[in-house]
Amino acid sequence: MKLRKILSLTLCACMCAGMMAGCGSSSSSSASSDSGSATEAAAETTAAAAAESGDQVIKIGVFEPTTGENGGGGFQEVLGIRYANETHPTVKVGDTEYTIQLVEVDNKSDKTEAVNAAQKLVSEKVSVVLGSYGSGVSIAAGQIFADAQIPAIGASCTNPQVTQGNDYYFRVCFLDPFQGTVMANYAIDNGAQTAAVITQLGDDYSSGLGSYFKTAFADLGGTVVSEEQFQTNQTDFKAILTNIKAQEPDIIFAPSSITTAPLIIKQARELGITATIAAGDTWENSTIIENAGESAEGVVLSTFFDEAEPANDEAASFITGFKEYLKANDQEEIIPAVSALGYDAYLCALQAIEDAGSTDTTAIRDALANVSIDGVTGSISFDENGDADKDMAFIKTIEDGQFKFLTTTTVKKTAPSRCRRLCIWTPLLQGDAKDPRLPLFLKATSGAHERLPRSFSICRIQKKWSTAIPQPASTVLPL
Amino acid sequence: MSLTTFLQQCLTGISLGGAYALIAIGYTLVYGILRLINFAHGDIFMMAGYFMIFAMASFPWIIAIPLVLAATVILGVLIERVAYRPLRSAPRMSAMISAIGVSYLLQNLATYLFTALPKGYPEIPFLKKIFQIGGLSASFVTFLTPVLTLIIVYLLIVLINRTKIGMAMRAVSRDYDTAALMGIKINAVITFTFAVGSLLAAVGSVLYFTDRMTVFPFSGSLPGLKCFVAAVFGGIGSIPGAVIGGFILGLGETALVAMGYSTFSDAFTFVLLIIILLIKPTGLFGEKTTDKV
Repeated sequence: MKLRKILSLTLCACMCAGMMAGCGSSSSSSASSDSGSATEAAAETTAAAAAESGDQVIKIGVFEPTTGENGGGGFQEVLGIRYANETHPTVKVGDTEYTIQLVEVDNKSDKTEAVNAAQKLVSEKVSVVLGSYGSGVSIAAGQIFADAQIPAIGASCTNPQVTQGNDYYFRVCFLDPFQGTVMANYAIDNGAQTAAVITQLGDDYSSGLGSYFKTAFADLGGTVVSEEQFQTNQTDFKAILTNIKAQEPDIIFAPSSITTAPLIIKQARELGITATIAAGDTWENSTIIENAGESAEGVVLSTFFDEAEPANDEAASFITGFKEYLKANDQEEIIPAVSALGYDAYLCALQAIEDAGSTDTTAIRDALANVSIDGVTGSISFDENGDADKDMAFIKTIEDGQFKFLTTTTVKKTAPSRCRRLCIWTPLLQGDAKDPRLPLFLKATSGAHERLPRSFSICRIQKKWSTAIPQPASTVLPL
Repeated sequence: MSLTTFLQQCLTGISLGGAYALIAIGYTLVYGILRLINFAHGDIFMMAGYFMIFAMASFPWIIAIPLVLAATVILGVLIERVAYRPLRSAPRMSAMISAIGVSYLLQNLATYLFTALPKGYPEIPFLKKIFQIGGLSASFVTFLTPVLTLIIVYLLIVLINRTKIGMAMRAVSRDYDTAALMGIKINAVITFTFAVGSLLAAVGSVLYFTDRMTVFPFSGSLPGLKCFVAAVFGGIGSIPGAVIGGFILGLGETALVAMGYSTFSDAFTFVLLIIILLIKPTGLFGEKTTDKV
């Protein structure tokens, strides 16, 4: 009898837990169908208008979150793309003028919803996809675009895995390993010895960037004294920050979304933490200054774009034009870097369509691989992974309630240019010196590992590697 | 861990627990009367945050706070009118689904009206005054939250046990139909319950957001879920249970983070739920219900 009771209770608990889990994920991902359908309706009207005038229409998919955790930032990226569509509404394919129709879908900052949204774009038969803000959703949807052979151009998704092993994903921004290194360099150059890292659990962008920073910082001789994680939608960071305060780090690196940023900054200052707070590209957003106010002073971040220093004519005209566009849309008149990247992604797509001379998606992909444009965020061309060849980041700080340009940093690629991928061999990482494969490993990688961080044994992936050594469990990181 | 860090963590835990307790009471009250889990409660809490932002934009805090309390109460009562009352005779599951619907509606309405970008919560000067005691550093609201929570709970218990409307509430919670036969205005009692629940959510919201500074459309979802767990843990339907559940949850989470397991702080909440359901399904202070066949 008792056993049966326990059994039924267990079952009940499981069901409840399942229910809770269901509620959790769906509540964080629930979306405003209002704004979604409104934009769709708008898109449909432009399509109808185009059809009436007898123009040819080519569809570009906009794969961005406008709701959910990254809804704010995603919307800013969408604005950049919409503005680009306004200034460049048509494209010439061969001799025919095509009207570009944006098909916007909302991936709701959620990996499951991202797949649905991507499938919607595929069924809409778009020629190119732009987006997304947030690396996690881009990674989740990448395979769908690849299967449908539709090229995608990421604007601000900085995690390496977005383009890795996916021939159809490109991006116009720099990567997290680079960004992490840049920030670690900055920290060391400014006398930081110890660092604390705060990352968001289950968020590819945050945890990825955090770990690249950690590695780079340790390699440069610093010590990471504290690593903390938090949950999506968490609003209380006091406990985490109290732990960090006890360790007295010189710098706190907290790559996170713009909803989280002001919370971390304000609560840290309230607890009397005086360490420099630093983060990645997401933090270059005026909402942070608005929300964190005085506490935000002194925050350091790396970003893609600086509106005070236009890189070229395209950038200069974008800055003046987009500011008016922002004003017309009731937004803050500070240009978010993600809008600039969204604009650039659109320009790349345009150029590729023109170069391909066809609306065929594979032709566009092939053209995209060789595209080279002068975008707002600098010149853009893609390497074999589909990543933009960018080796410069802007470091900014917040001063007197404004983002102030501090310095640009260029990190030289340490490995030879052919060697794009690094492989960390897990047994070696764990320091298993008796592993019989070690001599083979060292032979295969001779020379390469000397240039690389001594704490890691790293090799170039070569043909030799897979044949000479029994395939080990490995993590692959692009450089 | 140094003593200062320990004390600081305790302070954080108690303050967080206080805010959780205030929200958890809202769940418990409504469940006690209607046997309905009001999943929209966390979002009412979030909306109260937005109300405060707008109220403070045009009024000083002394006028803004009562305004926010009133607006939140109206919202809570309105939701009951529109989404729950028509379903009162429907199976209980329908009302719960309606509650989940309202929760999503509020979240998306907030996204639509106020955008998903976080909005800064206005500062109420005296609440934000920062106190330094030795190495401890905390704002006044951190100390105020647990104290205010306990005072409110005391008042609430007096209200329920000593007043006429309290007696009516108890009667309705015992037996709905019989209470109606005895001449108790069921609708008025239920409206009153929602009003009290929303009022507490608004108070909790002022305390919680003053300490945490920004509001975004999803800021109610996680606290809402956790406070639901707190209410179940303490025994849903029991007010002291909800308060103790709230404090245990707040302290437990903070303790786990303090020990360096920040990854598992949420897992703790839900493991706690599973354990309590296994060992004592009615919660710590829950009454034993016997189903009449």
